[in-house]
Amino acid sequence: MNAFSALVRKDLVLYFSNRRSVIVSIVAPILIAAFFGSLFGGGDSAPAHVPVGIADLDDSPLSRQVVAAMKADPSLAITELPDATAAAQVKAGTLRASITLPKGFGAQSSQALFGASTKPRIDLRYDPSQSMVLPLVRGLLAQHAMQVVTQAVFSGSTPVIADMREHVAADSTMPPERRHQLLAMFDDIAKVQQARPTDPAASGSNPGGGRATLSMPFATNETQMSSGTEPRYNSYAHAFAGMGVQFILFMGVDMAIGLLMSRRLGLWTRLRAAPLSRSTLLGSRIASTAAIALIIFAIIYAVAMAAFGVRIEGSVPGFLAVLAAFALLTASFGLLIAALGRTPEATRGLAILATLLLVMLGGAWVPAFIFPAWLQKVSLVAPTRWAIDGLDAMTWRGQPFEAALLPVAAMLGFTALFSILAVWRFEWEE
Amino acid sequence: MNQAILEARGLRKAYGARVAVADVSLGVATGEVLGLLGPNGAGKSTTVGMLAGLTRPDAGTVTIGGMAPAADEFRFKRRIGLVPQELALFEDLPAIANIELFGALYSLPHRRLKGRAMEVLDLVGLADRARDKPATFSGGMKRRLNIACALVHDPDVLLLDEPTAGVDPQSRNAIFDNLEALKRSGKALVYTTHYMEEAERLADRIVIVDHGRVVATGTPAELYRLLPVAQTLHIEAEGRIDDASLQAALQAADGVKAARVDGQDIEIGLDDLPRTTASVTHLLAARGIRMRRIDSGRASLEDVFLALTGRQLRD
Repeated sequence: MNAFSALVRKDLVLYFSNRRSVIVSIVAPILIAAFFGSLFGGGDSAPAHVPVGIADLDDSPLSRQVVAAMKADPSLAITELPDATAAAQVKAGTLRASITLPKGFGAQSSQALFGASTKPRIDLRYDPSQSMVLPLVRGLLAQHAMQVVTQAVFSGSTPVIADMREHVAADSTMPPERRHQLLAMFDDIAKVQQARPTDPAASGSNPGGGRATLSMPFATNETQMSSGTEPRYNSYAHAFAGMGVQFILFMGVDMAIGLLMSRRLGLWTRLRAAPLSRSTLLGSRIASTAAIALIIFAIIYAVAMAAFGVRIEGSVPGFLAVLAAFALLTASFGLLIAALGRTPEATRGLAILATLLLVMLGGAWVPAFIFPAWLQKVSLVAPTRWAIDGLDAMTWRGQPFEAALLPVAAMLGFTALFSILAVWRFEWEE
Repeated sequence: MNQAILEARGLRKAYGARVAVADVSLGVATGEVLGLLGPNGAGKSTTVGMLAGLTRPDAGTVTIGGMAPAADEFRFKRRIGLVPQELALFEDLPAIANIELFGALYSLPHRRLKGRAMEVLDLVGLADRARDKPATFSGGMKRRLNIACALVHDPDVLLLDEPTAGVDPQSRNAIFDNLEALKRSGKALVYTTHYMEEAERLADRIVIVDHGRVVATGTPAELYRLLPVAQTLHIEAEGRIDDASLQAALQAADGVKAARVDGQDIEIGLDDLPRTTASVTHLLAARGIRMRRIDSGRASLEDVFLALTGRQLRD
């Protein structure tokens, strides 16, 4: 056993014989990643049903159809409630949003379609902590309300067209030419409405109900784009990458504090008294920290794969390259902290703050795509962003080896920068 | 003194404006113990750092067997064993693993490592605790293990920086026994301390440093000859002495060679104990100073230091 391997072995034995280190570095990230992974959907790819309350104050045939359509929507979990109860439950956080269809909704909405009446005002209340839900509920409400109202108007089940024709015919202020065109349109619609029950061709075009209606002018095929053709998105994959990165950086901080402590305890002086080059002393430190990082990540991912269904859907060599680059990055980060730090006490707080900022910017807590556009660009200066993006790419995104090259290169660049700064600032003489 | 194996000439080291070592020269021969004596902050540890090749001197040279560290730093360091002032041990590694680690750092062949580790553990009396972690050791045992770690590669020179700091008298005696055995085996030892009794017991020669400079050097007998007095009288008064002229009056008393008044303590240097004791006690009684205790003794290195620097070693 030469001096280098003796120093590396010593660091590994000391680290893994410390129960606190093992718990913080391995158990904590697994528990937190499991929690975050389950929060963001877990391994089940089915979308969550958003709990929404609905109060139908109109209770007209048309409003009941709107309620029924909302209930049938797979994105929502609709509960019919009195208006006040729905509002209270949104306030309490039980419901994400509530919809109140006002009295007169059915009559007013049909006429408002042609601008002939005041629009009925639907109350839409939402939980401010769940603001992402608002556009979803608003969009689905618009879709279902438009379908139901247009169906009612154009199917002849309501006298809206006849009323509108009467109104236009009696309007003496309207230019004759325009009045003539509108009356012709209403007559044509009436003819279609009368012909529909016996027109098989027309009914064939509307398999939904056999009556004329407007509908969404497109349909969507919704496919999860993750790993090739098979939709295997697993939110645990991102959570384990993020928490692994965070707690391994904490380990890097611990190693740095350990070096500062060894200075204080005279161990560093004792090591320097031995016939060892500076590159052996610092290199062994980098090697042992990187080895510990790899071991911790291996254990974390083993648990993630065995218990949470995380898979390396992309390139395995790419995944290993990202892990190796991040392990080196962690080692150089720890060395830089040790070089810049003065006392263990003062350094620990600042180093943990820096680590938390790095993992936050890196998207360890929430995916970076949620960030504002400017922050997504800014966060590229955080080495953790490359680590997490690289791990995401190699796991649930199922990217090929080439996709690992840029994150690996970026992390190695940061490693070189941190190492140069650390060697430059390292204090050799106490 | 035989030919010095470790020799330092004109060492100087400053940290910014603070001069830690101004001018230190010393040498130690095979089978010799050199005591480096001085108060805290005198520059002993900085001197040891320069001797060990840890700290680069601003001026001066260090050689071991005529070889400077610049010639071959690793060979230079292999001939030195450093026992730092701090307990430089990995507390969570077993005692034998600590020694094996340091042996590996000095490139000891793996096949020799185990046997050599047990040898040095045996030497310091810790062979039966080889598998125990230092965290479970007493302070004295940790100090002995600290020494064992410095011995594993069989150095020619052992640098011991206050190796008995904070240990009980029994452990201190055990350490002294170890060091005397090492001396007999032909090792050259440099021993820094601010305990005079340790230097008197162990050192063949003593270098006294203060403010980074050598103020005296020689065998203990040579240093005693620097003293103007052979004996001392220590008197403890019942209360604080506020008589400003007492020190001058004592120095003028019959038989008194030196006198110092500090709080309620009076230190007298003298040659003729019965005659001087009588004159001093008479003088104190005449000035109304009541004595609580009176002790006499032979002058020590503390007195040498006091005579040379005007202050005590533990200041």
